[in-house]
Amino acid sequence: MEFKTGQKISGAQSLIHSLEREGVKHVFGIPGGTILPAYDPLLDSSIRHILCRHEQGASHAADGYAQATGIPGVCFATSGPGATNLVTGLASAWMDSVPMVAVTGQVNTFAIGGDAFQEADVTGITIPVTKHNWLVMDPMDIPRVVQEAFYIATTGRPGPVLIDIPKDVLQATTEWWYPDAPDLPGYRPRTTGDPREVRRAAELIASARKPVVYAGGGIIKSFASDELREFVETTGIPAVTTLMARGVLPDSHELCLGMPGMHGNYTAVTSMQQADLLVAVGTRFDDRVTGKLASFAPNAKVIHVDIDPSEIGKNRQPDVGIVGNAKHVLRQLTAAVKVHEKQDLSPWIAQLREWQHKHPLRYPQASTNGQNIPQHVIETINNVTDGDAIYVSGVGQHQMWASQYIKFKHPNTWINSGGVGAMGYGTPAGMGAKVARPDKDVWVIDGDGCFQMTCQELATMTTENIPIKIGIMNNAYLGMVRQWQELFYDGRFSEIYLTQDVPDYVKLAEAYGAIGLRADTPEDVEPVIEKAQSITDRTVVIDFRCDPSEKCYPMVPAAASNDDIIMDPRFEPEDD
Amino acid sequence: MVVSKDALYDAPAPRGRRGVHTLSVLVQNKPGVLARISGMFARRAFNIESLAVGPTENPEISRMTIVVKVQAKPLTQVVRQLDKLINVIHVEELHHSAVERELMLVKVSADAGIRSQILEIADIFRAKIVDVHPEAVTLEATGTPDKLDALTEVLRPYGIRELVQTGMVGISRGKHTIEDAYLSVVREEAEIEEAG
Repeated sequence: MEFKTGQKISGAQSLIHSLEREGVKHVFGIPGGTILPAYDPLLDSSIRHILCRHEQGASHAADGYAQATGIPGVCFATSGPGATNLVTGLASAWMDSVPMVAVTGQVNTFAIGGDAFQEADVTGITIPVTKHNWLVMDPMDIPRVVQEAFYIATTGRPGPVLIDIPKDVLQATTEWWYPDAPDLPGYRPRTTGDPREVRRAAELIASARKPVVYAGGGIIKSFASDELREFVETTGIPAVTTLMARGVLPDSHELCLGMPGMHGNYTAVTSMQQADLLVAVGTRFDDRVTGKLASFAPNAKVIHVDIDPSEIGKNRQPDVGIVGNAKHVLRQLTAAVKVHEKQDLSPWIAQLREWQHKHPLRYPQASTNGQNIPQHVIETINNVTDGDAIYVSGVGQHQMWASQYIKFKHPNTWINSGGVGAMGYGTPAGMGAKVARPDKDVWVIDGDGCFQMTCQELATMTTENIPIKIGIMNNAYLGMVRQWQELFYDGRFSEIYLTQDVPDYVKLAEAYGAIGLRADTPEDVEPVIEKAQSITDRTVVIDFRCDPSEKCYPMVPAAASNDDIIMDPRFEPEDD
Repeated sequence: MVVSKDALYDAPAPRGRRGVHTLSVLVQNKPGVLARISGMFARRAFNIESLAVGPTENPEISRMTIVVKVQAKPLTQVVRQLDKLINVIHVEELHHSAVERELMLVKVSADAGIRSQILEIADIFRAKIVDVHPEAVTLEATGTPDKLDALTEVLRPYGIRELVQTGMVGISRGKHTIEDAYLSVVREEAEIEEAG
């Protein structure tokens, strides 16, 4: 599609061509009454539209697409219910700082406010879950708004944005133009850290004896895993990688301590509790990491690097706060620490090694009922794929086990809904990731509860030829809720039983044109994963029958101190 | 004078009422900007005491004066969350020496026998009589919240039939403007980018 400046075109053509100008290659969406005009010029466009089966699926697919690449995901929906179905996906992208552009149809400009058919105040509804949004009332504004939308979604702290366009604005005749650059006087994203603060940070780093890098998702968002590695190798400071940052430093790296937080490993959690300095980069002191805030890392001085000034001091008051992009600031910090003499951190490292030895992540060899141990299934997926796939999860026990037992090698290979914790995220997000990275195997590690929330996207995968692997840790229950009821409600199980047999996941997969496999016992696990790996032309759904009694450990109960971490009671600490 | 927002960390309350601050906010004059700001205050559990919005010397820019009461969350959080909104151009705390005014319209019961007393009170408070009825008088008064509170208390015994009041508007003293403050922040940010 090519237009000359001043050429008469429709608002819809202007929209689609503006998206092309912003480099959009893929759109996930579903048409409907008010967005219908935008679907006509799509036929003439280089953009590939992927017809989803539910708008929530489209929104999570756009999120997965963006998390796999850093390229903003784009989704389309019609007005009213189409747009409101995007809200969960927007909320997830908002909390996880994922660049995403949603375009929604709206009722005609003259009908707005009159409770028209399929009318909803979508800009009003999505203000709290977007970085910004627009209701476009003049077709001449479309190019400017699209340019601003991509600029805002991808710069500073990335996030989702939404463009709401009334049907008559899409249908109206307008002129093609494109602005040179966005003009947003109130939006000035920062990249470079204040050199004075960087020097102060370097002094704290130089005098610390028990420092820990608290590495967050912002490092992945700013493509700074090389800079992180250089910083930890230069300083010798070990790093924990949060749920949103798994893979930013390879788990095999000697200075990688793995995941902290509610289901973090003992050493990652305890290293922060015992630290005298936290170098927090691109992270937001989330309650799932800190536990009870007042007793989090009580003796640590804090350096907090974040691109969003409002994160600095929001939850924990830092000793040094640096506003800037993780990539730039890590480079600045690495340079600044070199002027100082390097501390001998070997006693601290020795302490960490002792904890790692005494309290490894562990699961039993055999289950209580002869079915699979989900941790074993996930570890086998990791081994068969050699850590080279893109791993996507839903939300719950399986998500935590996946974040514990996948040994991540690369950034952008672990995709989940961390902040909002949207069940049902995994299957459509895995689809989006595969569209973005067709060269990679995509493994969704899902729960049976999660899978049932969005499994309609299997139809999209079959018809659009998007082959992924979906392993369902089928333990018949809403497992994490079961775990909380067992531990905190005296085992009074309330409304958590889903059954292992309904639906029949193998038949369900076949009904959608996918391949369905089942692994009843541990002997089946590796062969079935190998078989799934050998199928590359269709999506494979595997029903891993899992022991419902298996719980996710370690665990810091909600609002408890990280010092009160509960280890799996079935194991004693390893001997020295 | 205006103070830089970075100097505001846990700054003591500038006036008698602890935790009450007046923010002057430059915003793009766009539809929905008030909803974005009021919604942010609500969802972040910040308390607005009053909010006034109106045009400025520049038709593309509106100015809001927001009086906030800060309890658990420090003022810096409020300022930074405001600043994070795309349509918000600049946020400045007004110093306690700034000129701050509210407008009040108050309808007081007053028959012919009482009216002269009301006129005398109006005179003392430099309020204007804007309407007279055989049984009531309506006054217009501007001033600081303290002054308007005092006027209200003096009028109360006569019988206040109706009272309506605007939010506060404020402006700094001296020659410097909020635009100067905005430009100095932009300059400082540019210097940091260059230095790095």
